[in-house]
Amino acid sequence: MPAGTLYRGREGMWSWVAHRVTGVLIFFFLFVHVLDTALVRVSPEAYDDVVATYKTPIVALLEYGLVAAILFHALNGLRVIAVDFWSKGPRYQKQMLWSVVGIWIVLMAGAVYPVLGHAYRVLFGE
Amino acid sequence: MSSDTSSAQAIGSVEGVSLYDADNPAPYIEAPRKRTGKTPRSTRGNFEMAAWLFMRLSGIVLVVLVIGHLLIQLVLDGGVSKVGFAFVAGRWASPFWQVWDLLMLWLAMLHGANGLRTVINDYAERANTRLWLKGLLYTATVFTILLGTLVIFTFDPNIR
Repeated sequence: MPAGTLYRGREGMWSWVAHRVTGVLIFFFLFVHVLDTALVRVSPEAYDDVVATYKTPIVALLEYGLVAAILFHALNGLRVIAVDFWSKGPRYQKQMLWSVVGIWIVLMAGAVYPVLGHAYRVLFGE
Repeated sequence: MSSDTSSAQAIGSVEGVSLYDADNPAPYIEAPRKRTGKTPRSTRGNFEMAAWLFMRLSGIVLVVLVIGHLLIQLVLDGGVSKVGFAFVAGRWASPFWQVWDLLMLWLAMLHGANGLRTVINDYAERANTRLWLKGLLYTATVFTILLGTLVIFTFDPNIR
């Protein structure tokens, strides 16, 4: 790893990698999600059956991961827009990345109870 | 080094006498790649620039649409546990949420498809591989957008 580069192995590169990975994951979920929602045109029972899997603890954990991917992609996407269109964006890209990470941690902490609370009650009772 | 370049002095003895002077100037040479009347029209459009701009504009709209969607489906009113056919029927009774979901479907699919197109262009090195992967991507994208649109427009709460 060459030392002293502006990009390689630093905030700019890793945020790009994370943006790409989360984007691909979200896109693959989107295919599945449109297909499962299409079951409302088959029958109420078919739809409710597949939605029941979304309420199991393991899938709830995957949903928490999906929320994590979407929130990072959304916040870092706004940072990319700021880098491209705000005249001081490139100068503050690092500070903006750490702001993104900070807001992401706060939102993910706030999402624990709403997203995983149902799974907790299923596993450990009321 | 003399700084006097105003006359034929600039021509060294090796080069000999200049062929050109003020009365007999050197022929004008076009700048490289300059577009002239004879240049064929460019066959390239501004597609990549439009795609770049679309990612940013759709991204801003999607932040609002998708985070609102997550709040409704996963956070408010007991989170995912209240989602079911009756819940979907209740929301799609309103044109507002139909338009919300339709816009979200189209923007997210096109945003994601363009993102994956970039990923394929970056990592698939053989032209044939790129062709097939993008063919698969576009087929899946068109199918999913049409299916989702059809579901939103033909939804029937009294299917049973």
